[in-house]
Amino acid sequence: MNQDIFVVVEHLRGALAEISYVMMAAGRDLARTTGGKVYAVLLGQNVQNLADTLAADAVLYLESPSLADFTSDGYCKALSGLIGQHQPRAVLMGHTSVGTDVAGALSVRLGLPLVTSVRHFEGDKFVSQICGGKIMAEGELPAPTALITLVPGGYKPESGQSAQAPLVTPVAVGALEDLRVSVRQYIEPEAGDVDISKEPLLIAVGRGIQNQDNVVLADDLAKALGGVVCASRPVVDQNWLPTTRLVGKSGKAVKPKLYLALGISGAPEHAEAITGSNCIIAVNTDAAAPIFNIAKYGTTTDLFDLVPVLTEKVLQAKGG
Amino acid sequence: MIERINFWQIPDIWHYFAYVVLPVCALVMLVRFYNRIRLWWQVGRAEMRWDQPLSRLWRLIKFAIVQVKVLGQTYPGLMHVAIAWGFFVFFLGTALATIDADFFKFLRGSIYLVFKLVLDSFTVVALIGMGMAAYRRFVQEPSRLTLDKSFALSLALVFGIVLTGLLTESLRLAAIAQDPALQPGWSVALAGWTPTGWVVAQLWLALKLTQEALYNVHLGLWVTHATLVAVFFLTLPVSTLVHILTTPLNIFFSKLDRPVGRLAPLAQNAQKEAIYVSTLRDLTWKQLLDGDACTECGRCQDACPAHAAGTPLSPKRLILSLREALHRDGAALAKGNQPAPLLVGEAIEDAVLWSCTTCGACVRECPVLIEHVDAIVDMRRYLVVEGRVDEMLQGALANLGRYGNSFGQSERMRARWTQSIQPKIKDARREAVEYLWFVGDYASYSATLMSVTQKTAEVFQKAGLDFGILYDGERNAGNDVRRVGEEGLFEMLAEKNMAVLAKANFQTLVTTDPHSYNTLKNEYPANGHTVLHYSELLDQLIAAGKLKFTKKLGYTVTYHDPCYLGRYNGVYDAPRRVIEATGCKLVEMPRCRDRAFCCGAGGGRIWMDEGNVRERPSEGRIREAVALDGVQVFVVACPKDVTMYRDAVKTTGNEERLVVKDLIELVHEALG
Amino acid sequence: MNIVVPVKLVPDLVEELTIDASGAALDTMWLRLIINELDDHAIEQAILLKERYGGQVTVLAPDSEGVDDMLFTASARGADQLVKLVGNFEGGVNNHALGRALAAYVKDLKPDLILTGVQAHNDLDGSIGALLAEYLQMPYVGYVSGVNLETDKAVVRKEYPGGLIAELEVALPAVLGIQAAEQPPRYVAISKVRQAMKTATIEEHEVAELDLLGGAVVSRMFQPEAAEKATMLSGDPDAVAEQLIGIFKELGVL
Repeated sequence: MNQDIFVVVEHLRGALAEISYVMMAAGRDLARTTGGKVYAVLLGQNVQNLADTLAADAVLYLESPSLADFTSDGYCKALSGLIGQHQPRAVLMGHTSVGTDVAGALSVRLGLPLVTSVRHFEGDKFVSQICGGKIMAEGELPAPTALITLVPGGYKPESGQSAQAPLVTPVAVGALEDLRVSVRQYIEPEAGDVDISKEPLLIAVGRGIQNQDNVVLADDLAKALGGVVCASRPVVDQNWLPTTRLVGKSGKAVKPKLYLALGISGAPEHAEAITGSNCIIAVNTDAAAPIFNIAKYGTTTDLFDLVPVLTEKVLQAKGG
Repeated sequence: MIERINFWQIPDIWHYFAYVVLPVCALVMLVRFYNRIRLWWQVGRAEMRWDQPLSRLWRLIKFAIVQVKVLGQTYPGLMHVAIAWGFFVFFLGTALATIDADFFKFLRGSIYLVFKLVLDSFTVVALIGMGMAAYRRFVQEPSRLTLDKSFALSLALVFGIVLTGLLTESLRLAAIAQDPALQPGWSVALAGWTPTGWVVAQLWLALKLTQEALYNVHLGLWVTHATLVAVFFLTLPVSTLVHILTTPLNIFFSKLDRPVGRLAPLAQNAQKEAIYVSTLRDLTWKQLLDGDACTECGRCQDACPAHAAGTPLSPKRLILSLREALHRDGAALAKGNQPAPLLVGEAIEDAVLWSCTTCGACVRECPVLIEHVDAIVDMRRYLVVEGRVDEMLQGALANLGRYGNSFGQSERMRARWTQSIQPKIKDARREAVEYLWFVGDYASYSATLMSVTQKTAEVFQKAGLDFGILYDGERNAGNDVRRVGEEGLFEMLAEKNMAVLAKANFQTLVTTDPHSYNTLKNEYPANGHTVLHYSELLDQLIAAGKLKFTKKLGYTVTYHDPCYLGRYNGVYDAPRRVIEATGCKLVEMPRCRDRAFCCGAGGGRIWMDEGNVRERPSEGRIREAVALDGVQVFVVACPKDVTMYRDAVKTTGNEERLVVKDLIELVHEALG
Repeated sequence: MNIVVPVKLVPDLVEELTIDASGAALDTMWLRLIINELDDHAIEQAILLKERYGGQVTVLAPDSEGVDDMLFTASARGADQLVKLVGNFEGGVNNHALGRALAAYVKDLKPDLILTGVQAHNDLDGSIGALLAEYLQMPYVGYVSGVNLETDKAVVRKEYPGGLIAELEVALPAVLGIQAAEQPPRYVAISKVRQAMKTATIEEHEVAELDLLGGAVVSRMFQPEAAEKATMLSGDPDAVAEQLIGIFKELGVL
């Protein structure tokens, strides 16, 4: 048992997920308290250099053909061996489709405590974000090895980056036979008309837009400003906008110059995807909506009263 | 003394035509008619509709004989009444003539002359009516009519009957003019008692035909007339003229058991299970009669806001779908016990049923008293129980079930609008009050309406009313939940409201929302409380001098009668008196009172996906108001109307021209 | 096809959430409990699979206020068997404890597939699905938004960020964490629920002492104070729009 921190690197199809940087930053923060090293744990096949930009002390690289794709079974088997051997103080995973597939199984298999939805650490305490971001729960980091899933928002990804590539140490992976989960194929999202993750000006609509017909209000504003319309999950689930316009945990993360959020509450799954924005302006009649915690400007004016007036003023300002 | 000559110059052999052939044809007509109508009770469910026979008879006189609803529209009304009364008179005339011929001779002297005059006049009336009908059918061609060849043939048939009747009579007159001995007691002086016949007779006389020729032509026309009548009998059951028999039945059996604003509860079968209407067998015999009685006039369609907006609903098409289904499948279903094919989702699409705002304009317009809304709600109940509900409506219903309001906000927030009111409004759950104000969802939760609700409270306070509200004990009254077809949810909400109301101590229930008003008044158990709409209360207060206006507003306004206040509950004058009392000048809209055109929010539509509409009903209504000279203010008395019309004013670009105000805002302003 | 769906009720976020006197838990006074939205999707997916392949659906939930209504609603939607876990939950429940309590019972039901929401917003020690899977030694895949069955395996669609989907084969029996059912949960008329209340029965399964080991101990709960809250713009729509135009110009988008 030691005071080291493991960060399970998340990557998909050759690209490092941004959560890996956030976790690395969190790991470094925690390591300051525990006094150990921070290891990036990288699993896969032929991805040994993927962790080069992480600010880790070293990379433990577990390579196996069975790990070429992420599967809960494969990662769990490989990690349980490693964690059992090394017994770090904490293992950080993403609170994502990857991390949460593995965390629970590891907790039960290894008999180790699990804390999820952790946003940041304060000394040796974890602070988790629950109930749609409305409540924070704090407690002591459990012993002997705390399994953690981390949500974005507590650390800047830049804090987890490093120009100097850490040393990669290959670790032998035991037999990974009889995996019960395997990948048949990947299905890319439909190539849409626009890639919202590259757009500088986004007008976002949420549940507050109320129905499909009102989306035209956002369309008009977007056209006037020269921006693109995107949406949070409730809107896409109802098919009022295509999936290519989804901003959120299961959609795209965006970092526009301006993100105008209309009728969006700011639940964590959406919020985490827009924190990279330069300026968030939120329009929501609920003054207590969490979006106002991450927005730069906000108003409780009803969007149905505001948007048409705004569109007109924009057109006027543009010389219309 | 002049008297009627039976079968004048008609050889004996033809008497058999009248006494044998025609009665046989009439019998055939009745038998064929019976075969058609028995499908109603063989296929449809039982329903008791023969209580209060005298009231029903009165309805028959009002609507089937005098035809007051048909007369609701001037041109087609006069047109139809001319033809119909003509035929009533001819029928009566034939009956009297038969009595005179075979039983008791009384058509003599002045009685006879009057008899002739009446028949003659109505011949003209009927012919004018038919001329109007031909003009309407072939020249005007209004879109709401079914412009089918078969209808034209029916018109031609009845025209032929009346014309041949007139010609026959005119030939008799021509013959008698040439030889007055043919009818003892007749002289030219009496020609004025048969003016039309006499005028036409001149044409024959001008031809200078021999008596023999006149008799022959007379016989020929008489035979033609009788034959056409036989054809009339034989074809009636399968032509549009069947409405002569079906509509009186429909009118006689129309809904008497409950007020217009009360829906029937779910029917139950022998095993006490609820019956959901999805096939012909689930409909009652009266609903099948509705289908058969429809004359395809299309007035319902013209009045329907959903149809005007371009949604798939046409009340006329809906009722005719029932008829078509009955004619297609009825006979087979009557014979066997096999399950009936699905109506809902097939002949009648889901979207058709969901488009209805339950405004009741169709029911009000229908000259033969068809009950469209009841059928629509019955079928919606089926859709709801099958879960065929669109996302938005599902969300609203889930919110209503969980939070008691459609906004999805906690019930604890219901009275948040009261925070700024001083003194604090009484909690009617804790203290006895005289007036219990049932505020309603929209007035409580909608940000747009908060100031209107607050003004209402202020007005009540200024009037010195002893009133209170239920705070978070109130739930949606359930009117539109019921009209959407969620009967179970309605029961749940009503139970909750009734439990709270039972514990409260009050005299009168007053509400700002006409929908709540309707259900509280008509569908909640009576319990001895009066239920008032706030316009009625204001009217009473003004009359009693409790509301003293310091200002005369002087606006020129128009007033929109809310469907559930006006058409459903007959409250038209109280709001108008209130408007006048505030010193405003009222200009009526073309479609006002029971003809008011719905804003489109009712029947749960405000909770549904709008779909593709050509023009929203509310926008059409605003255009109607804007066309009125000098009108600056559009006055409403329903919270949903405030929302719908303020939106419509914006979307039609009339913000400079018209402002929408709730009645209470006028009162508040006039109180100063 | 034997499908088991463990579900739970969670605090309704419509209400304001407050912390109780101990400072480490939610105040239950005004707390309204509603079904975890993702568990609702799990029930819907289970019913869809039953309609597609036949079989039986069992819904299990720990006892709490309103659980009966929720179970009857599940029955009205098509669930065949309803089970309520009763026991002493005073000391608190976490998903590890629940997982252990469920494991033995669920094993006896011999499920082919276990579906549950991929998470609940009040989870602090992982999702019940992932934990239960391991207690039962079954494979687990989360963030599933589509399920089809083939002999001995399930073919599932797993959601990744950016709209990417992976189609996976999972050996049965397995546990799936549902992110979204293939169609939104269908509407159930209240009359059907009331009918279910008369005809359906809820079995009760007694749960022995709960063992909370594996979860975290919360020493403090609080509402986040946003470090920087947004600058609020006020006034009528016209005034606010003017201010926004100003901001747009500053940003250089106008």
